[in-house]
Amino acid sequence: MNSIRAQFKMQLDSFSLDATFDAPATGVTALFGPSGSGKTTLLRCIAGLERVQGSLHVNGETWQDDKTFVPVHKRPLGYVFQEASLFPHLSVRANLEYGYKRIAPGERKVQLEQVVEWLGLSHLIERGDPMQLSGGERQRVAIGRALLTSPRILLMDEPLSALDTNSKQEILPYLERLHRELNIPVLYVSHAMEEVARLADHLVLLEKGRVIASGSLHETLARLDLPTAHFDDAGAVIEAAVAGHDEPYHLTRLDFSEGALWVGKVEQPLGTTVRARILARDVSVATQMPQATSISNILSGMITEIRDEGPDKLMLRIKIGESQVLLSRITRRSHDQLGLFVGREVFAQVKSVALMA
Amino acid sequence: MMTTLDPADLQAVWLTLKLASVTTCLLLLIATPLAWWLAHSRKWYKGPVAAVVALPLVLPPTVLGFYLLLLMGPHGMVGELTTALGLGRLPFTFYGLVIGSVVFSMPFAVQPIQNAFEAIGQRPLEVAATLRASRLDRFFSVALPLARPGFLTAIILAFAHTVGEFGVVLMLGGNIDGETRVLSVAIYNHVEAMEYNSAHLLAGGMVLFSFVVLLSLYLAGGKLSKVTK
Repeated sequence: MNSIRAQFKMQLDSFSLDATFDAPATGVTALFGPSGSGKTTLLRCIAGLERVQGSLHVNGETWQDDKTFVPVHKRPLGYVFQEASLFPHLSVRANLEYGYKRIAPGERKVQLEQVVEWLGLSHLIERGDPMQLSGGERQRVAIGRALLTSPRILLMDEPLSALDTNSKQEILPYLERLHRELNIPVLYVSHAMEEVARLADHLVLLEKGRVIASGSLHETLARLDLPTAHFDDAGAVIEAAVAGHDEPYHLTRLDFSEGALWVGKVEQPLGTTVRARILARDVSVATQMPQATSISNILSGMITEIRDEGPDKLMLRIKIGESQVLLSRITRRSHDQLGLFVGREVFAQVKSVALMA
Repeated sequence: MMTTLDPADLQAVWLTLKLASVTTCLLLLIATPLAWWLAHSRKWYKGPVAAVVALPLVLPPTVLGFYLLLLMGPHGMVGELTTALGLGRLPFTFYGLVIGSVVFSMPFAVQPIQNAFEAIGQRPLEVAATLRASRLDRFFSVALPLARPGFLTAIILAFAHTVGEFGVVLMLGGNIDGETRVLSVAIYNHVEAMEYNSAHLLAGGMVLFSFVVLLSLYLAGGKLSKVTK
């Protein structure tokens, strides 16, 4: 029942959409693809902002099929647009309350005070003119405004792409917090792998208006047959818990099911789950346990797949224990000199780990 | 040597203000939905409709007045309808003038409102829809407030344009004291009769009145937009 089942078809002169996907209605599902792949159009179809042929079932409710088309304002969703699009004729508070006032009092599960607390809006709420806020502040108000309609699903269309790097860094922690604390499924459109790796649990990959893959973030990012494996910043995501600190050296140990990673010291309390992203270009392999090396993260595993990446490079998929996967991008010459093959045991040397929460 | 307004002139002033007010109110009621439709429709006949609405901008008022006279006359379609309904004929009545003024000033009301609606774009309306606002709710809570400057311009232009109209009035309403003799006609009569003092009084009063109305509307508009900014 907790699922989103969508199927849409549309034909324009220069663009066609023929997208079918099933996604769990829990956590964050990223609709990911290059610009022009139809991800925003797909999101607009789900919201009912575009009316095209197709069907849509959310949590067992029919929002669209051959006979039904629930109009936008009757769908229990929240929508965050690329630009904050606050109403310029309303104060910040009136913007926040716009949708809240329009739902039945019995359905108001999210309260103004909660949203103000979650999104750090207390110093903004009494401001008269929303256009005086910074880009990041405006987008936070827009997210709060959408949450205050107590949506059963939150749709976000590249909510960070119109912001500068600083504002992005300002908003991401709030999004992560919503992800952890709010039990609202999110459909998140993005073309930025970093955001997706940081926020998403589930990935729907789009290309030229078609869904080419759909699955959990870990599995999908580790698939070498997908374009995501060939990006410069291709890599694997590992969820790990803060397990201990090496105070004199300012390092922190992260434990995951199949091993541990040392990273620069983090502030989160012990036991906190964090996401670590390990890029394929930061992983090298050795066939023997390296001695006397400056690299502190060495994980043993087995090569499960090798794929060509251009004339000089190869991509390896290395299974660590039962459930974790690393990607490693190496040169063809290294591959030949080490005599690598599928099934070979190797040691993966991780040069750098990007922590994302 | 001071001349005071004689009662007939006062009546002309009063009639003009009444005509302009009624016309402006009617125009807002008609022009708002029309402007909304013109701003959002993708129908093929949107262009022809827009052209018809804009016709009074380029037609000589006498031409417009002539056709309206025929239309409302005993053999015109409107004339036959009003006679059948027991309303009598409209030419040479105040209501005939109202209809003429509404048609004549239509583009001055429609175009600023249409431009304002178009400038808002789809996005604020889409946002409102995702925040559970129905179509009508979106119109009143988002489109109307955001289009306020356009409405202000429409009101000023429609009112001023009606106050100043002469050709259509003369063709349709003539010169009946207390019924259809508006300010511009009264001024014309005074000038024809070489009563320059009376003409001065009315004409100067017009200038002053128009200036005060425009100034107060602009000032009010400035204040309003500051508040909502």
